[in-house]
Amino acid sequence: MNRYPLWKNILIAVSLVLGLVYTLPNFYGEAPAVQVSPLKHGLKADAALMGRVEDALKKGNLAPNGVFLDQTSVKARFRDTDAQIKAKDLLQPQLGEDYVVALNLLSNSPHWLTAIGALPMYLGLDLRGGVHFLLQVDMKSALAKKIDSITGDVRGLLRDKRIQYSGVTRDGQGIVVRFRDRDMRDKGLAEIEKNMPDLELKTQDEAGEYRISGTLKLEAQSQTRKFSLEQNITTLRNRVNELGVAEPIIQQQGMDRVVVQLPGVQDTAKAKDILGRTATLEVRMVEAHAGDASAKNYDPQKIEQAIGGQVPFGTELFYVQRDGGKEPLLLSKQIVITGDRLTDASPGFDGQDGRPIVSVTLDGQGARVFQQVTREAVKRRMAILLIDRGKPDVLTAPVIQSELGARFQISGFKSTEETKDLSLLLRAGALAAPMDIIEERTVGPSLGAENIRIGFHSTWYGFAAITVFMAVYYLMFGVFSVVALAANVLFLVALLSMLQATLTLPGMAGIALTIGMAIDANVLINERIREELRNGNTPQAAIHAGYDRAWGTILDSNITTLIAGLALFMFGSGPVKGFAVVLCLGILTSIYSAVMVSRGLANLYYGSRRKLDSVSIGQVWKPGAEAKEKA
Amino acid sequence: MEFFRIKRDIPFMRHALIFNVISIITFVIAVISLSTRGLNLGVDFTGGTVMEVAYSQPADLQKIRGTMEKLGFAEASVQNFGTARDVLIRLPVKQGVTSAKLSETVMQELRKDDKTVEARRVEFVGPQVGKELFEAGALALLFVSIGIVGYLALRFEWKFGVAAIIANLHDVVIILGFFSIFQWEFSLSVLAAVLAILGYSVNESVVVFDRVRENFRKMRKASVPQIIDNAITRTMSRTIITHGSTQLMVSSMLIFGGETLHYFALALTIGILFGIYSSVLVASPIVMWLGVSREDLVKPEKKAAAETV
Repeated sequence: MNRYPLWKNILIAVSLVLGLVYTLPNFYGEAPAVQVSPLKHGLKADAALMGRVEDALKKGNLAPNGVFLDQTSVKARFRDTDAQIKAKDLLQPQLGEDYVVALNLLSNSPHWLTAIGALPMYLGLDLRGGVHFLLQVDMKSALAKKIDSITGDVRGLLRDKRIQYSGVTRDGQGIVVRFRDRDMRDKGLAEIEKNMPDLELKTQDEAGEYRISGTLKLEAQSQTRKFSLEQNITTLRNRVNELGVAEPIIQQQGMDRVVVQLPGVQDTAKAKDILGRTATLEVRMVEAHAGDASAKNYDPQKIEQAIGGQVPFGTELFYVQRDGGKEPLLLSKQIVITGDRLTDASPGFDGQDGRPIVSVTLDGQGARVFQQVTREAVKRRMAILLIDRGKPDVLTAPVIQSELGARFQISGFKSTEETKDLSLLLRAGALAAPMDIIEERTVGPSLGAENIRIGFHSTWYGFAAITVFMAVYYLMFGVFSVVALAANVLFLVALLSMLQATLTLPGMAGIALTIGMAIDANVLINERIREELRNGNTPQAAIHAGYDRAWGTILDSNITTLIAGLALFMFGSGPVKGFAVVLCLGILTSIYSAVMVSRGLANLYYGSRRKLDSVSIGQVWKPGAEAKEKA
Repeated sequence: MEFFRIKRDIPFMRHALIFNVISIITFVIAVISLSTRGLNLGVDFTGGTVMEVAYSQPADLQKIRGTMEKLGFAEASVQNFGTARDVLIRLPVKQGVTSAKLSETVMQELRKDDKTVEARRVEFVGPQVGKELFEAGALALLFVSIGIVGYLALRFEWKFGVAAIIANLHDVVIILGFFSIFQWEFSLSVLAAVLAILGYSVNESVVVFDRVRENFRKMRKASVPQIIDNAITRTMSRTIITHGSTQLMVSSMLIFGGETLHYFALALTIGILFGIYSSVLVASPIVMWLGVSREDLVKPEKKAAAETV
């Protein structure tokens, strides 16, 4: 009666093997590594980059014990942190500013483990050290900015349509347009209604003054909010890239917040500085170039002179990345428009030849200026620059094919990836709205390492104490219980590694607590078996009944804890969430291991014996027996 | 080895009133302390800044306090923890200083006195975040309570659900009471411990209730108090061994867990001790007083069969 069918035994064996395999990477630990990732759009992490890294390291007499290529970066693993830091110092100047060289940790586990996706647990910031920021986007000023730009648009619109007005002003979160007579007001109203779909308009007449007041429609407001948040996240991402952080996390949280996590970053002052920085976009005209002879201002001689040091008055020499090389350009110092005028940029395809393009939308004022300038500059080249940290960088310098308006296309890209990156960059040039740091958590690396030690020790000593107690109190069945408990830890760690859930110190406390609680199931079973024996059942029947009857209780008692775990997961944040994940997974694995694994062991050990006289579960005391002795 | 050699059922229910009076007294003390002294809420809930700094030699707390006062934080708390070289500085939320620049300024000032000082941990929580975390915590507590009552009502009967949640919420109040009386810091991780304990100590009620249900089927002639007495007596050894094992683990955290896990483990310890007591000796009498009967748990068909016998 106490035998498992073959499939159950196989299931247990397979789950144990899987658990072991996925837990393995955690034992190998991590080695210091250097991660090289391209910073600019259009550059890729490829075999060529890997070759460059390998060559550079060889020349510098640094022998990495592995160089790996993945989708976004090239990583080189080293034996010690000394070599790692030397490698970083060596690689950064050689690769230039187009690449970020960051310090990282890489799993030491053998290749076959990595290949099947077995990775060590993902450690949270409190265990590996780093900074966590929660930033609040100031939506009020995002809306104010939007109203500001609409105010300018309305002014331009009325002027264009030759409608006389006496004033356009921003009033809090709305806009007020004043007219001298009713006639003009009505005309104005019609035009604004037609061209500004985002505005909710109202008329208001007062002693000789005719007014239109407009506020942003609700959907336009939420659109603005969404857009601001997205733009801020993109901007943050670009900035964080420059910090040289190996695995940054930048995520939206709620309607108006952004979480930024920078593992390994110690210099919080610098991090805050860079996150709060503003970057802008500029469009300037090309005064001379040596690229495409069919475009205007083709003047290789001037360029050569400029490279030699003779830069003409009112121009600046720039280089733009092109076809793997760098193209020199002479740009006018005069700025046509800045990024403030840009309202949107999105990747797409040309309607005629299907090549990838980026379409850009400007606001009213920007469009008018742009139209005027480009009308007179067909076949000339214009340069789009990103000004970051006060350093301008030419993104692209296309030839103007025709007069451009509020919407125009930038072409000349090789891939959709490039267009995607550029539209991101264009949108991300500046923060859409200011942000405040409303939460900061920094953990130094030494404390991180200490936290790991603390978490590990508390789990280990607690486990050892339970092992001793169980083995003494329940003998053989105690050993089964402890083996099941160890299997539980194995499953839990394997699951956490597989899911790559973030392990925090409260998470480690969760592992310890789960072990303490998981033993409950086995105690329930063992006590039940003793009780059945006490009632005079045969050993085999007692084992069978013990496991069967305890099952319902185990289920009930674990579900209530699971409810608590789910609530913590839903409402908790940060480290508490980490605890909740471990608690929930731990409950599931403990039910499985306490019932399946320990029973499997008991079945293997006792199940096949036809005649079983006694079970090693400690002394079973019977009230009747003692009474007989006394008598 | 067997610790528990109990010959007869212990008449717990006869003393039910005493257990409940003890409970009520502890509960009232906890409530009084909570309402007069309140909780020593950590920076997670109040907002503010906590910094953990380490020196290479024993730190001069007076000097650090002086530096804080110079920076305009007269109410800053500066304490040693762990060793004499580790210092914990708590700064309250200051009007106007909302940005996280604060920690930078403090470190700069501290470095002027001693170059070896190292920031090990900085936590800055804005006041609005603190308020939200508090609300989320309260919501989580509500969710767990409703969830547990609902589950027990479904699995047993509403009387069991109500009894279990009364017993266990009273545990929660008592844990909070301890934190209030001793003014231990109540942080997010303590809240997590409290909720985990809520789920965990309900286990205990569940195990006893399970036995009660089984006994209703088996012991057809016994009265309700007898049935409950028997259920508690027979699960007692399991209860104590289980909680003892969990406590072994929690004690290990308490001893080796350091500053961060200290109050977490402490909350768990109180929770486990009171959890045993209340979910057995408080929940069961409440079920009895709510008037649980055989008909509530045993399916009608079986009852009919029993009557014909």
